[in-house]
Amino acid sequence: MTRRKYWQAINDALREELARDERVVLFGEDVGAPGGPFGATKGLFDEFGPVRVRDTPISEAAFTGMAVGSAMAGLRPVVEIMFLDFLPLALDQLANQAAKTCYLSMGHYSVPLTLRTMCGAHLGAGPQHSQNLEAWPASVPGLKVVWGGTPADAKGLLKSAVRDPDPVVVIESAGLWSARGDVPDDPDHVVPLGEAAIRTPGTDVTLACWGGMVPRADAAAAALAEDGISVEVLDLRTLLPMDSARILASVAATGRLVVAQDATGPGSVGSDVIRIVATQGFGSLRTAPELVTPPFAPVPFPPSLAQAYFPQESEIVAAVRRVMSKETVVA
Amino acid sequence: MKLRLYRTMSLIRQFETAASRLMASGELAGFLHLSIGQEAVAAGVCDALDRDDYLTTTHRGHGHCLAKGANVRQMMAELFARAGGYCGGRSGSMHVADPALGILGANAIVGAGVPIALGGAFSAQVLGDARIAVTFFGEGAVAEGVVHESFNIAALSKLPIVFVCENNGYAEMTPVETHLRAASVTEYARPHRMPAESVDGNDVLAVRDAARRAVERARAGEGPTLLECRTYRWHGHFEGDAQGYRNAEEVDQWRTRDPLLVLRAHLDGTGDQLDAIDRACADEVADAIAWARVQPDASPDSLTAHVYRSKEVVA
Ligand SMILES: Cc1ncc(C[n+]2csc(CCOP(=O)(O)OP(=O)(O)O)c2C)c(N)n1
Repeated sequence: MTRRKYWQAINDALREELARDERVVLFGEDVGAPGGPFGATKGLFDEFGPVRVRDTPISEAAFTGMAVGSAMAGLRPVVEIMFLDFLPLALDQLANQAAKTCYLSMGHYSVPLTLRTMCGAHLGAGPQHSQNLEAWPASVPGLKVVWGGTPADAKGLLKSAVRDPDPVVVIESAGLWSARGDVPDDPDHVVPLGEAAIRTPGTDVTLACWGGMVPRADAAAAALAEDGISVEVLDLRTLLPMDSARILASVAATGRLVVAQDATGPGSVGSDVIRIVATQGFGSLRTAPELVTPPFAPVPFPPSLAQAYFPQESEIVAAVRRVMSKETVVA
Repeated sequence: MKLRLYRTMSLIRQFETAASRLMASGELAGFLHLSIGQEAVAAGVCDALDRDDYLTTTHRGHGHCLAKGANVRQMMAELFARAGGYCGGRSGSMHVADPALGILGANAIVGAGVPIALGGAFSAQVLGDARIAVTFFGEGAVAEGVVHESFNIAALSKLPIVFVCENNGYAEMTPVETHLRAASVTEYARPHRMPAESVDGNDVLAVRDAARRAVERARAGEGPTLLECRTYRWHGHFEGDAQGYRNAEEVDQWRTRDPLLVLRAHLDGTGDQLDAIDRACADEVADAIAWARVQPDASPDSLTAHVYRSKEVVA
């Protein structure tokens, strides 16, 4: 184990994958000589050269399309979309092209593309740099979507994405960028796609979360533990395909569900967690689930307002207390 | 070489004429975009390519795929929505793809195939192989931002790619004067310092010569070329299009410049040979139709097949 910051773990993953497989290439805005807008590709241009690590113009649609075509032609491209808010510019290439190529070609082609992008409860970035759009890719057949909430998971999920034969969207948390954590030293440390993790075991209520919400969920669980409420913190890690089995097993044991997310509610990943539990685990629910979300509005710019916008520990704690206090409503 | 070009054009003509008939008789259903009248572009450009060079095309891509060597039976079976089709009958004619021929796919999103071809060219550059990429698009696609983004990236990275714009004068129902300010698509090459040529797209020899020059540049590491081929589609935007946006005289006038007749004029004294080629192509298409008709339909069992390359994902 080594202590690494979240962004360093990402940098390590990219370096290791570039070294492991010659077909891996990186491109995007500022990822070459500048080392990435946030440092994630630092040093890689010097180490692997301008053929494999390349700056592109500000052309999200074209360079994502270039990634799709080069993946079909045998490379393992990793492209960076600076902020998740800019994904819509590349959405045709992601959702209409990358996601459908295997299907359309009856499996003659696959698209082993990794699309990295940053998102999070990013205080002070304003409404066009803070949006939690994970539900958009997570609703497209043919894509996979992951989001690590710790340095170790950020690294392991990214390495899995690069090695996966299908297009994977890797979301990285702006809010956790400098957070430290223990990361396994094994160069083959991968986190399998599709597996949620129980971060804190608990018996009273399942608290599902992912990405930048994970530390707030952890903190809420710790605060509730002091009051004798045992919260199971379930970090989904992969949003598509979702680990239904682990969600259902956890709710079967606790009988209660709270989902906390930084995305607004309608059409969200959290709604989908509740869909899974309501349709496949209804019998194990003792009370109605809660979905903790920001208000249905864009993210405000001032840090103080953004703080009020994104669900904080206190709101998660309150939601857990509500589901704990309700009478048993389901037989 | 001229006979080979004639054969390719004849095959495209026979394939699409048959498809048009089958649509009219109700045997085929769904969107069908034909390129009858534009055969010289497909034949001329693809003749300059090697078998494994990359190619992307559009909703109007039968000709390009056939010229690249696509299997006629599998293409026809796809139109018939049969399991033996290129895409198992699930995807229709707008998505033919064939790795053996470098065909990275026809595409139903206007302009979307252009950056994908960029990826083919990019991979050739990274892997150091001799392949190049060609992408076909209509002049309507030139209004899409991703096409200009692709020009810029290709020019900056000197990617081995040829951008082939098939300017047939219309984007669906809108004439080119209404949707492009430039007099020629080649004007868009200038800011990228990219060589460009505009050729008579009904003259297969002119198309082939220009394509060869562009392909040579790409293979020599000199980067992209933009090639505009001025041509015309005889049929509507799709089969069944009432075509209220243009008059019959305009169509008739272009018919006199039929690319097959234009080439015939270059091939004095070979009329019998050319007629025999037409018959052979008609036979090949008839065989493909007969084959397609007896293939099993695409089955509902295939609905979730190949959504992922990795093991099936349940969501
Ligand atoms: C992005 C997008 N917008 C609109 C359409 C609908 N559409 C299909 S073909 C077409 C016209 C394309 O014209 P052009 O590129 O000139 O090609 P042509 O049909 O003339 O071969 C349009 C608008 C589409 N398929 N994709």
